[in-house]
Amino acid sequence: MSATNLRIGAPTGWRGWLLDSAPASRNQARLGRWYRAWLGLRRNGLAMTGLVIVLALVFVALFAPLFANHAAAYTQTLTDRLQPMSWAHPFGTDELGRDIYARVVFGSRTTLTIVALVSLIVVPVGLAMGLPAGYFGGWIDAVLMRLTDIFLAFPRLVLALAFAAALGPGIENAVIAISLTAWPPYARLARAETLTWRHAEFIEAAELQGASHLRILFTQIVPLSMPSVIIRLTLDMAGIILTAAGLGFLGLGAQPPSPEWGAMVSSGRQYLLDQWWVATIPGLAIFVVSLGFNLLGDGLRDLSDSRG
Amino acid sequence: MTAPPLLEVRNLRVVYPGDDGDFRAVRNVSFSLGRERLGIVGESGSGKSTTGRAIMGLIPRPGRVEADAMRLGDADLTRLNERGFRRLRGKRIAMVMQDPKFSLDPVMTVGKQVAETHRYHFRSSWKAARTAALEMLEAVHIRDPERVYAQYPHQISGGMGQRVMIAMMLIAGPEILIADEPTSALDVSVQQQVLAIMDEMVRSRGMGLILISHNLRLVSSFCDRVLVMYAGQIVESCRANRLHAATHPYTRGLLTALPELGNRRAELPQLRRDPEWLADLPAQVGTAP
Amino acid sequence: MSASGAAARPSPVRRPFPTAAGVASALRRIARLLGSVALTFLGLTLVTFFIGRVIPIDPVLAIVGDKASKATYDKVAEQIGINLPLPVQYWRYLMRVLHGDFGTSIITAHPVLQDMAHVFPATMELAVVALLVGTLLGVPLGVLAATNRGRWPDQAIRFGSLLGYSMPVFWLGLVGLLLFYARLGWVDGPGRIDVSFDDIVTPITGMITIDSLIAGEYDVFWNALGHLILPASILGYLSMAYIARMTRSFMLGQLRQEYVLATRAKGMPPFRVVWVHALGNIWVPLITVIALTFGSLLEGAVLTETVFAWPGLGLYMKNSLFNADLNAVLGGTLVIGVVYIFLNMLSDVIYPLVDPRARERR
Repeated sequence: MSATNLRIGAPTGWRGWLLDSAPASRNQARLGRWYRAWLGLRRNGLAMTGLVIVLALVFVALFAPLFANHAAAYTQTLTDRLQPMSWAHPFGTDELGRDIYARVVFGSRTTLTIVALVSLIVVPVGLAMGLPAGYFGGWIDAVLMRLTDIFLAFPRLVLALAFAAALGPGIENAVIAISLTAWPPYARLARAETLTWRHAEFIEAAELQGASHLRILFTQIVPLSMPSVIIRLTLDMAGIILTAAGLGFLGLGAQPPSPEWGAMVSSGRQYLLDQWWVATIPGLAIFVVSLGFNLLGDGLRDLSDSRG
Repeated sequence: MTAPPLLEVRNLRVVYPGDDGDFRAVRNVSFSLGRERLGIVGESGSGKSTTGRAIMGLIPRPGRVEADAMRLGDADLTRLNERGFRRLRGKRIAMVMQDPKFSLDPVMTVGKQVAETHRYHFRSSWKAARTAALEMLEAVHIRDPERVYAQYPHQISGGMGQRVMIAMMLIAGPEILIADEPTSALDVSVQQQVLAIMDEMVRSRGMGLILISHNLRLVSSFCDRVLVMYAGQIVESCRANRLHAATHPYTRGLLTALPELGNRRAELPQLRRDPEWLADLPAQVGTAP
Repeated sequence: MSASGAAARPSPVRRPFPTAAGVASALRRIARLLGSVALTFLGLTLVTFFIGRVIPIDPVLAIVGDKASKATYDKVAEQIGINLPLPVQYWRYLMRVLHGDFGTSIITAHPVLQDMAHVFPATMELAVVALLVGTLLGVPLGVLAATNRGRWPDQAIRFGSLLGYSMPVFWLGLVGLLLFYARLGWVDGPGRIDVSFDDIVTPITGMITIDSLIAGEYDVFWNALGHLILPASILGYLSMAYIARMTRSFMLGQLRQEYVLATRAKGMPPFRVVWVHALGNIWVPLITVIALTFGSLLEGAVLTETVFAWPGLGLYMKNSLFNADLNAVLGGTLVIGVVYIFLNMLSDVIYPLVDPRARERR
């Protein structure tokens, strides 16, 4: 601890070890970095709120049967249609007498599925386009980035709409349609990250040691690019959820009777003036979840900004 | 020394709070400045730039500036708020920074940037400010002021940019100029020109100059007096021509590490750092002898 | 040295004349810009071609519908050249698009482009007002947030824009209608204008507010405004959220720069440092953001116009979508795509006007 004299009130014990500005080992440095990030996140109340919302979404989606009755979400009870909020139906019932609370709970599965599938497609595609572009440069860069620019210049929602219209409605097609229009920013990002590291000394050292391009890309550059990709993904999640909900609202997402929040808003529209809860409650769910991702992503980006 | 000093600093401290405790970037710093050229030397992170910025009230939050006394003529700097500092900046104390490529606004013509200093401090019209700016550009030996006035920073060379910077900072007639590494970003060939212009301006206007640099040789040849900073405090204070008699081991180490013409050595000795140098020194007073 | 100052030459202020090299570089810039516009346009038509001709299992059926007679079917099959090689089909498609032939709409039985021209002004009217609201509020709020980083104005503006950022526009529209139209009665309901005011004003620009002012029909104007204000405010709020957020982040980047410190060091007041110097440096990315916002307003029209029964491009596309009118959907996609490309080009053209560095770049 060489800086003892310059710092006053430095923490001691395990916190001191984690926060040491001169870590002694790679693991200490890594753990310290995570701990610092955690401290930064914890100071940001909004980001913590976002984290809680996102974790809650995942939890509710995974264990949906614990929170609501599956049958209530699907069974049509026409004698019970359009009931206001009550103990039996906390959010009321819809035009087919299904419990809106149960449908919102099970709808979280649809949302999470779309989000997860889109991420699984978009990130690899973006990396596959961006990494070689930044790493090899030259004509590879020119071709890949021109292609990316072309896709970037397309209107996302409308294109997704056209795709969904041609492919036919359904959750898989919605995922494909969204992914097709969502990957270009990741290619740009991956390229920019690669360019930052391309000529770093440790990359050149690895090259001199005879590491193959593929090895350098996967063992060095991909891990280095991951933090910004993850932050971007967190921020994009909200947009993906909103686009998916928009497609659902237009009848191009998950098909009835499976619960989908956007479609629920759409079918509740005609009862808006008298049974306001049918349309507004599912919309509120969309809003809260996308707000959660936005809050979390914003906090994460702030952290990475202040460190960089 | 009979005239009162232009600037007096007693026990200046700059502290940045952080996760791992408060970081003391500057501590126990005391000195005074007359109508002279004072050099502050130190390695990066030694607190020399922070000292300069603390005097101008330009330490960003959450950094804190404390001092037993900090006086610019009749103004008590320890009691000034942002508004008070603003009235002094440019008018009584100014700063030239390292690289004109970054320290000039890229989207405003350089002439306008010089003129706006005049306009703000003298409440002058754009026309009067323009005339004054053209004169000032001429004074820093810019040959075609009319042409340079209308140019943007990216269109002029580094040496030219630094002259514009000097003109912009001196147009309102400050008593003190803080030059923070003013030549480090320039080509060697123009470094001397810029220093000469700065020297000429400071002398003819009877100003005090604080030259902040990592370059010991530059400072010792250009300045009257030298302060050596290490880890946030002044470890050595002496007349530039007495530097060879410096006592602190850090300064001695720096001096012996300088390569010299006509004195061939197989290897330059490496500086060995002693943890004891970090210990707090009594706030010494680096007044003009 | 002061001698040269005394001998003040009568040096006239030289205006920067375009040099030969300058003109050449400007021409190169324009050529590159047009090249990239053409390439993007080709990409766009390839995608719409792909969607229209390749994905549907039977493109002829997609055009004529399943109630068509055998004769009609064969005629259309012949017409679109379904048996020709794909590149030839694409070439013919491209040529038709370039001649403004987007095919015929099934629902309206008009040429798609004619339908578009009819509905587009309504979408423009809404988008332009929303963009004005978003920009005039978003930029100042973003600046305010950046200069107060971490303090309450920043937190409030950030939270407010994150809220806007997270709201599904169709839901916000419904809530707005429920609250301000149904419950409070402050604004007029769905649609562009009350039925009783229909067809009073002859369309000139196609934007009712402007046309009614030109015609001096103030009743019509106020009625149209009453219908416009809710959707425009909602879209304006969402645009503001995005613009404020981006402005904040650009400003934070600038406030860290050395020149900001230098400007403060010469004693400039905060207003000048922030609103003249720092803001002057972010117009280039900001124009891109504003252009992108406009683009997203146009494409978001599909959702908003559905909610507000606003008879514009979005509602037209949505109705086509539900009637399997692929020509109309793809035509709408092309039109919005072309506007997108045009917006990108427009910001490229504006850059040199706001940033001297962009004037002679390469």
